[in-house]
Amino acid sequence: MEYDVNKIRSYFPVLKQQVYGKPLVYFDNAASTQKPVQVLLKTGRLYTEFYGNIHRAAHYMADKTTDAFESVRDQVQQFIGAGSREEIIFTKGTTESANLVAASFGEQFISPGSEIIVSEMEHHSNMVPWQLNALKRGAKIVKLPMSRNGELQTSLLSELITSKTRLLAVTHVSNVLGTINPLAQIIDAAHRKNVPVFVDGAQAVQHIPVNVKALDADFYAFSAHKMYGPNGVGVLYGKRKWLEQMPPYQGGGEMISEVTFEKTTFSEIPFKFEAGTPNITGVIALGPAIALLQETGMEHIAAWEHQLLDYCTHQLKELEGLVIYGEASQKSGVISFNIDGIHPFDLGTMLDKTGIAVRTGHHCADPLMSYFNIPGTVRVSFGIYNTTEEIDRFIEALKRVVKMLK
Amino acid sequence: MKTIEEVQQDILEEFSLYEDWMDKYAYLIELGNSVEPISAVEKNDQNLIKGCQSRVWLVAEKKEGHIYFRGESDAVIVKGLVALLLRVFSGRTPGEILHSQVHFIDDLGLTQHLSPTRSNGLLAMMKQIRLYAVAYDRLDN
Repeated sequence: MEYDVNKIRSYFPVLKQQVYGKPLVYFDNAASTQKPVQVLLKTGRLYTEFYGNIHRAAHYMADKTTDAFESVRDQVQQFIGAGSREEIIFTKGTTESANLVAASFGEQFISPGSEIIVSEMEHHSNMVPWQLNALKRGAKIVKLPMSRNGELQTSLLSELITSKTRLLAVTHVSNVLGTINPLAQIIDAAHRKNVPVFVDGAQAVQHIPVNVKALDADFYAFSAHKMYGPNGVGVLYGKRKWLEQMPPYQGGGEMISEVTFEKTTFSEIPFKFEAGTPNITGVIALGPAIALLQETGMEHIAAWEHQLLDYCTHQLKELEGLVIYGEASQKSGVISFNIDGIHPFDLGTMLDKTGIAVRTGHHCADPLMSYFNIPGTVRVSFGIYNTTEEIDRFIEALKRVVKMLK
Repeated sequence: MKTIEEVQQDILEEFSLYEDWMDKYAYLIELGNSVEPISAVEKNDQNLIKGCQSRVWLVAEKKEGHIYFRGESDAVIVKGLVALLLRVFSGRTPGEILHSQVHFIDDLGLTQHLSPTRSNGLLAMMKQIRLYAVAYDRLDN
C-alpha cells in the first residue's frame, strides 16, 4: 500500500497555517502532536448531540455517552493488544499513569530496603514518581545505565536485579534519543526474577506497532495528546493480577461499590482506579485518533517515519561540527543534535522564525543531559504528516541559520 | 543622558530598519558579539542567573549614585538581548530603574523572552536588575 501522506495532511487543518509568513513545518511531535479533523469533530458532536455524565444516570444522554466512552476502552484494548478491557485505565496522561502505579503498587509492594530499577534515559515523568516513592518508603533507586550510542546496557540486568528488586521502570522509546529499547529482552530478564516492569510508552504507541501481551509488559502507559488525540487523557494498561492486588489511587465517586460511614468497599477494576468524573470528552475523542492510526496502519507509519529519520539523519551528518546524540541500531523518528560552538537555544529560536518548529532544551531528561555533559540539544521529531520536502526546507534553513550564528 | 523610555524607542527604531527576521537577528547577534565579555572569575554561581535553557551572568557595581551593569550569556541571541538591556539600564540611578516600564523586548518580537513560562534567564535578569536597584536604593536611604 502506498503511504498517502497528502491525504493524511489534509486531515490536519493546522498544517495549513503560516508562521511569521512562512509555511509551518512542525517537527516537535515528541512534545505533542497536532489534531486531525476527526478528533475535532468528535469533540464538537459530543457536546452538540449527546452529552451526559457516564455510568450513573438512567437517561438517554448518559447512556449514549457511557457507550461512547466505554467503546474507546475496547478500542484501546484492541489497539495495544491487551488481554481484557478491564486492564485499561483512563488517566490524565503518562505522568499520572506512572504516579498511579508508583503510589498504589508502591503501597502494596515497596517497603524499606526495596529496590526500584530505573533506566538512565528516562523522562522525568518516569523517574521522579519512583524517586518520591522510594523516599517515602525507604527504598532505593538503582540505575540501569546507558552506553554512549544511546542503548541501555541490558547485559547488566542480571546483576542489577536482585532479591530486593520490586519493579523495573523503563521507556519503550527515548524521547530524546529515539532509541527503541529491546523491551521483550528487558522484560524477560526481569520476569526471570519475578520482577514486574512498568513501561513508559508515550513515545512508542504512535510510531511503532505495540502489543502489550506479546511484550508481556506488566504496566504500559501513554498519552493521547502525543498520538493525535486530545489533551488531558492518558492510558494505563496493567495486568489484572497486579491491578487487583493494588489499593485504589484516589477516593471518590465511581470507584466505590458500597459506602457506609465506617467502611467502603471498592469497585472492580478498572473503575477502582477511576475516581470521579473522568475526562469524558477527551476519552471519547481519543477514539478517532486511534482509528486514524489503525486505518493508516502502524507498520506503514513506522516505515514512513523511518524513511524520514534516515533521510534527515543522512543530511544532518553532512553538516560540519554537527553531533547527533543517540545512534542506537533501533531508532524511532527522533533526532537530537548540537552544532559545535552554537547554543541549541539560538538554533531553535532562529529556526522558529523560518517557520520550523523544533524543540530545544533538556527535554525533561536532565540525567541524560548530564550523561552527555551538555546544556541541551535541538530535537526534531517526526509524525505521520511530515514529509521529505519539509526536511529539505529544515536543512536549508538550518544551513542559513548556522552561517549567521558561527 | 537619554531616558530609559527614549533608549527603548531608539532600539525599536533601529530594529524597524530591518524588514526580514533574519536581518533583525543578524543585527542582534552583532550587538551580542560587541558586548564586553565578563571575566571567567566573574562567571561564578553568585552572578549566575539560572534560566531554563541559556545561562546569563550579571555583575553590578555602584558608582556615585549610578548602577553599572555588565552581563553575558552562553547563547548568542540572549547575549544580544543582554546587550540591549545593558544599554537601557546601565548607568541609571536606582530610582530610574524602579520607575521604568520595560516593553522593548516584547515589542521587538524577537522571542517571547519575558513570558514567565519561557523562563530562559531574561525575565530573571530583569528581576535581578530591579533587585539591585531596590538594594542600592535602600543602602542610600
